[in-house]
Order: sequence, then C-alpha cells, then structure tokens
Amino acid sequence: MQISKKIVNLALLSCSAACMQTSLAQDMLKPDMGKLTATGGVSQLEGAGGGGLTPWALITGYGTRDSYGANAHYTQVNTQDYSLKTYGVAVGIADRVELSLASQEFTGSLAPLNALNIKQDIFGLKVKLAGDAVYEQDSWMPQIAVGAMYKRNKGIGGLGALGVTNVKQLGAKDDSGVDYYVSATKILLEQSLLLNGTLRMTKANQMGILGFGGDKKDRYQPMLETSVAYLLNRKLAVGAEYRMKPRNLGVDNEKDYYDVFVAWFPSKNVSVTAAYATLGDITIFNPKNQRGWYLSLQAGF
Amino acid sequence: MNNILTHISKIAIGFFLLSSLTAHAQNSNDALYQSLGGKTGISTFVNSFVAIVLEDARINKAFKETDTERLASLLTEQFCELSGGPCKYSGRSMAESHKDMQVTNAHFNALAEDLQIAMEKHDIPSSVQNRLIAKLAPMQRPIVTK
Repeated sequence: MQISKKIVNLALLSCSAACMQTSLAQDMLKPDMGKLTATGGVSQLEGAGGGGLTPWALITGYGTRDSYGANAHYTQVNTQDYSLKTYGVAVGIADRVELSLASQEFTGSLAPLNALNIKQDIFGLKVKLAGDAVYEQDSWMPQIAVGAMYKRNKGIGGLGALGVTNVKQLGAKDDSGVDYYVSATKILLEQSLLLNGTLRMTKANQMGILGFGGDKKDRYQPMLETSVAYLLNRKLAVGAEYRMKPRNLGVDNEKDYYDVFVAWFPSKNVSVTAAYATLGDITIFNPKNQRGWYLSLQAGF
Repeated sequence: MNNILTHISKIAIGFFLLSSLTAHAQNSNDALYQSLGGKTGISTFVNSFVAIVLEDARINKAFKETDTERLASLLTEQFCELSGGPCKYSGRSMAESHKDMQVTNAHFNALAEDLQIAMEKHDIPSSVQNRLIAKLAPMQRPIVTK
C-alpha cells in the first residue's frame, strides 16, 4: 500500500516535472522582450553588446532570463581620411550568454591609401557572472561579465603595388588573435547614470585591423575602457567613452579612442546611436588626428 | 585665553555645521516625496498606473480578481512611504502578496514600464521617476519567484 502510494506520488511528480518542462520549453521558444528599454545596450564596434567603443556587462537584446533576444546592426565611422564599416548579428540567451558575429571593413580615401581596404571578422562570446545592473539598486554590486573576441584579419587590399597584402608585412606578429575582457556595468537610477568599466587583455593593433602584436611589443597588455551615460529618459541616453590602446607597431603610434554619444531607443526593436569619435592618428604615414561621425543602427528584439 | 576662545568658536562652528547638516538631511528625506507632488501627486499617477496595468495584456490577467481601488490606495501608501512621505504601507509584504503569482522578470519589468508611462503622462521628470524606480527595483527579489 505504502509502496503503491509512493509510486503514484513519483508518477505525479515526474509528470508535473515533465509538464513544467514542456511549458517552460514553449515559453523559451517565444522571445519575451521582457527587459526594460535600453538595458540590452547597443552594438559596439566589434559587435558585442555595449556602448559604441566598448563592450558592457549587459547581455544584448531584450530576452529575460526565461527567454532570448537577437539583433542585427550596421555601424559606420567616417573620419577625414578613413572609414570603418561594421555589420553583424548577436544573440542573448537567458540574459546570461551572448554570442556575436561581426564583420569590419576599413577603407582609406586619401592617396596613396585611397584604395586601402582591410577586412576583419570577429566572433564574440560573453557570459554574465554576477550581479544585476538594474535590480540591485540597494547595493554597489555591478553586473559583471567576462568575454572573449576571436578576430581574424583577412588581409590588406589596395596596396598590391607596394607588395603589401598582409598585416604581418607592417610588423604585426599575427593576423589573428583573441581579446579577453571583464566588464562591470552599474546603472545608478538614483542619479540616472550608467557606468561601465572594462578591462581588456589584448595584442590587437587598431582593434585588429592592423593585426596582433608587433615589432615593438608582442605580449598581452591590460587596457582600460570606460563609459558614462546619463539617462535623459527611458528612451534617450547621452554619454562619453574612452578606450585605451596598446602601441605594438613601429609604423603606428596608436592612440586611445574617445567618443561622445547619444543613443535613442524609439522602441525595443530599434536603436540609433550617433557619436563624435576621436581615433587618433592611424599609422605614421598619415599624422593627422582622425576624428569624425559615428552612426550605428540596431534592429532586433 | 585666546586659545580657549578659538577652541570654543571652533566647537561652535562644528555644532553649527552639524546641525545644518542634519537639518539638510531632514529636509532631503522627503525630497523625493515632494518632487512626486506629495500624496495628491502620487495618488494621481497611481490611478493612471493602475488603469494602464489593467489594459496591459502582458500582465492584466493577474489583476482579474483584484479590487483595483484598494490596489491604488495601497500603492499610493507604499510609494508615499518609500519616497519619504508621512505614510505607512498597510498591505501585506511583497513576498507574501506575490507568492502564488508566478511572477517572472518580464512581468516585473512590464509593471515598471507601465509605471514609467504613467509618470511620464503626468510630466514627472525622468530623474525623479528614476529615483522612485530605484526604490522599487530591489523588490524584484521578493516578487519574482519564477
């Protein structure tokens, strides 16, 4: 008697577990778009969820921990003599894991680099480790995530006349590399501020556009990246960013990046980010400080 | 003598600073409450808030059986107390009142969004809205059980 009761109980239990699982699975199939507007960030230059220049600890998209989100983006930065286009896709799973794919194309417009064309692909992975940037308003604990970006430089076009087709010919030690980073993001609603700090271990020259490691240095170095944003309202934020850069190449006295930005979230499906960015002089062949407009469009859920 | 006088004046200045500081603290204790327009202001946007929630397909099922007038009055009390106003929330704890509701983060956020929309409707500045949301956000822990 006792045993049969136990069996019935067990059956009930396993059924309820199974039933719960199917309903959970059904819930998981449909994106819930349950996060608050803007709390997935925008798409940064290398395709990860973040600000414009730097990845944040926030997981991209609007899926809560019970769901998922995904988006596509296109970003263009135009300075006096160069242009950088990035497009890509990213998914955020259970507000925990983020996968991103981005393709960059860097081109020149000033002779003799007017035919310059360098392409790079970036695969990104980010995992949230602790904290919640939004809910934990009663503590100083930020949201913390770690990430990696695998970058593959696809070579240099437009300098064939000089015989230069690979970044290694400019002094880079490698044409592919991995960046590792840890990010901490805190939203201070009391002050309407978002703060982010990212520490990146990298060998990448100009994010990898000019390869990895160089004649001057060929080891991982820690680079600090920071973002501050003021939330004007739930659909509009303004802010500034700073990104430290290594100086590995003899032919490129690489400079840190800065920008000031405004990000607009008319809905959870679309965001537009406009910025004014300073990228510094790029290579010793052109000593001009490169500055210009940054425009990024993201669409998703 | 001179020395003693300087000491006394230093102490006096210290007390003055301290008292003005505490006075400031007392003043700013209900600063958010005042910015929200006091009890009348809070009750006005809470009424809109409840109306918006009842129209919100994402969460309105949970309020089918709810006495909405009582809900509005409890929310007003709660927001009044949280913002430093002279009220005492008389309802059940957040954990108890939500324990069987299977509230998800998406539900919780939908409610927060409706509150933002309600406050926007009544022209409460975004920075003031955020200060109230900052007080409510940690309630995710007792409320979201799913």
